Amino acid sequence: MDTYALSHLEALEAESIHILREVAAEFQRPVLLFSGGKDSICMLRLAEKAFRPARFPFPLLHIDTGHNFPELLAFRDHRAQELGEKLIVRTVEDALALGIARATPGESSRNRLQIPTLLAALEEFKFDAALGGARRDEEKARAKERVFSFRDAFGQWDPKNQRPELWNLFNGRLNPGEHMRIFPLSNWTELDIWQYILRERLEIPSIYFTHRREVVRRDGQWLPVSPLLQPRPKEEVRSLEVRVRTIGDISCTGCIESAAANVADIITEIAAARVTERGGRADDKRSETAMEDRKREGYF
Amino acid sequence: MSTATTSQSSELLRFVTAGSVDDGKSTLIGRLLFDSKQIFEDQLEALERSSDLTGGGRINLANLTDGLRAEREQGITIDVAYRYFATPHRKFIVADSPGHVQYTRNMVTGASTANLMIVLVDARQGVIEQTRRHAYIASLLRIPHLVLCINKMDLVGYSEEIYNRISADFTRFATRLDIRDIAFIPVSALNGDNIVDPSTHMPWHKGPPLLRHLEEVYIASDLNLTDARFPVQYVLRPNSDEHHDFRGYAGQVAGGVFRVGDDVVALPSGRTTRITGIHTFDGPRQTAYAPMSVALLLADDVDISRGDLLVKPDNLPNIGQDIEADVSWMSARPLQLNGKYALKHATRNTRAIVRLLRHRTNIDTLEPEPAATLGLNDIGRIRLTTLTPLAFDSYRRNRQTGGFILIDEATNETVAAGMIADPAPAIPLAVNDGGYAI
Repeated sequence: MDTYALSHLEALEAESIHILREVAAEFQRPVLLFSGGKDSICMLRLAEKAFRPARFPFPLLHIDTGHNFPELLAFRDHRAQELGEKLIVRTVEDALALGIARATPGESSRNRLQIPTLLAALEEFKFDAALGGARRDEEKARAKERVFSFRDAFGQWDPKNQRPELWNLFNGRLNPGEHMRIFPLSNWTELDIWQYILRERLEIPSIYFTHRREVVRRDGQWLPVSPLLQPRPKEEVRSLEVRVRTIGDISCTGCIESAAANVADIITEIAAARVTERGGRADDKRSETAMEDRKREGYF
Repeated sequence: MSTATTSQSSELLRFVTAGSVDDGKSTLIGRLLFDSKQIFEDQLEALERSSDLTGGGRINLANLTDGLRAEREQGITIDVAYRYFATPHRKFIVADSPGHVQYTRNMVTGASTANLMIVLVDARQGVIEQTRRHAYIASLLRIPHLVLCINKMDLVGYSEEIYNRISADFTRFATRLDIRDIAFIPVSALNGDNIVDPSTHMPWHKGPPLLRHLEEVYIASDLNLTDARFPVQYVLRPNSDEHHDFRGYAGQVAGGVFRVGDDVVALPSGRTTRITGIHTFDGPRQTAYAPMSVALLLADDVDISRGDLLVKPDNLPNIGQDIEADVSWMSARPLQLNGKYALKHATRNTRAIVRLLRHRTNIDTLEPEPAATLGLNDIGRIRLTTLTPLAFDSYRRNRQTGGFILIDEATNETVAAGMIADPAPAIPLAVNDGGYAI
């Protein structure tokens, strides 16, 4: 006997599929931002659910900082190929060479440099809608952002002047030069994402699982030692069993000590966690409103 | 958090909180998150760092929800903030909405998807204009469940008499509203009385504490599972050799249940066909019900596209171009009588002319009053004519097929939320293969 009730994951999935199809129906040139991270992996599965057996009505776009975990790039290419969907890559490296992006002296993270790189890519392909995997539970400024988040001709978000968003009726109307950022995972939590990965048996990059890695303690975090991040004098390199909880630029993504070797372990670990997901990201720790400030400029 | 929280099959409850800063709304949510252990160490750390900003050195639970710089600086909530927490029984999505009259539009936004509204009352003040306004919005947006939280009970000596008086006041007022289920809970958000655990200060209160009420309130019947409604959102056509015959009408079920073999009518054309299959990525299904996202496969190669509504022949919605609706005006630019607006209803985009403003509702007295226009945060009854026929239900019957938005065609701003009124006795409609005989 059917009970005609959806579980929370089924309800979230149905809502996200609805959003993806709205985007396909209402925009001329949408694009899906795919980083190879766990949230965008769920986005790809939701896109399959929304559009198969047809192809995706949008290409995938990765804004590559050049400071990535190598496992992530391998995974990204493998997944795009497996899906048979088109992947566009635009790099911060090229943006720097072309003068589109300019490095801030003293800032090692390339997080902020993704902004001009992304905006240039959107302009290059005349994309009018960029689907992103951001969630409202990640951060306070995101908690206030709409599912259809309007960007003016400068790519900027104006948190005080957002379009009201009622029921499941999204207003996707734009004037030339403007675009929309769309967040189908707005109402998902970190735990929902992992439960979905488990339910859907989704493949994820190996760095989400426990592995031995050389790390240094800096700003209260374990940062991975890499060609981009070398120990400073007096910093001790440790070899620990770690995993990443969220993936950003390799120079600013903190690792957590963990023995979680599979998705079920991760779910147990997160359910008991006492620190938020982004608690491991130095880029958010700059100030209480670091994310709001970056988003205003056109960040993801 | 217990391991039961990792369950994949809990139910989702969406609720909206209404009240002003002074009522302790953000404190209440902070308390729910704090006491259900949803506040993490780094968030506490950040709160402590910022406590000098608004909390006068004391950790301010409101800062958890007031995320924007301007909000933190001014100590007010400007926009709806969405928060998430879970207990072993349910997952919760909280739309934390500002309470002041100048943010009515934000509250309407937060209320539009809610199963439940929490209205906060200051026990020292009792039911005030703002309380009535919030309850009216709950009624207008057809939120099925309302909880009146009588807060700051600690400041009135946990007095049962005061609680009873406020409950009675509200009950008298609520007879004028359309809310199915109202619960009353005396709390102190600041101290945590009756939030998660029953308060030892108020043994006279026999009902559950707030969190238990949120976990147990019955929401399975909130959705309309009677009237089958399927707005066609997108047509899936693979154009590949493997699937060259595949044509799936994709959408989210907006009401009722569809089964393989059901006859369906496509509106507004009135053509009939039959469901031959229900496609999902996870395989074919025999039934689809609200709010599932699926794709329907149909027997005939009929001309059906985005914006059409599939229904069953024995349960038809209204069809027409003249629509009577309550609107919540959301723009600083006032309503233009005889002005043209873009209108989005379910998956259909069309245009509409506002023919008539019947009245504006005084949202403090709930009395209709004559008005020349509607301004920002006003609510009123309008009549509009749409460019193309719409298939619709009254909002009371179905939030999905009875709600619409109006958009300013020049600025693209969403200017109004519309709730279609119960129709005057409808002109009977007859179905035939060629369309509607009206």
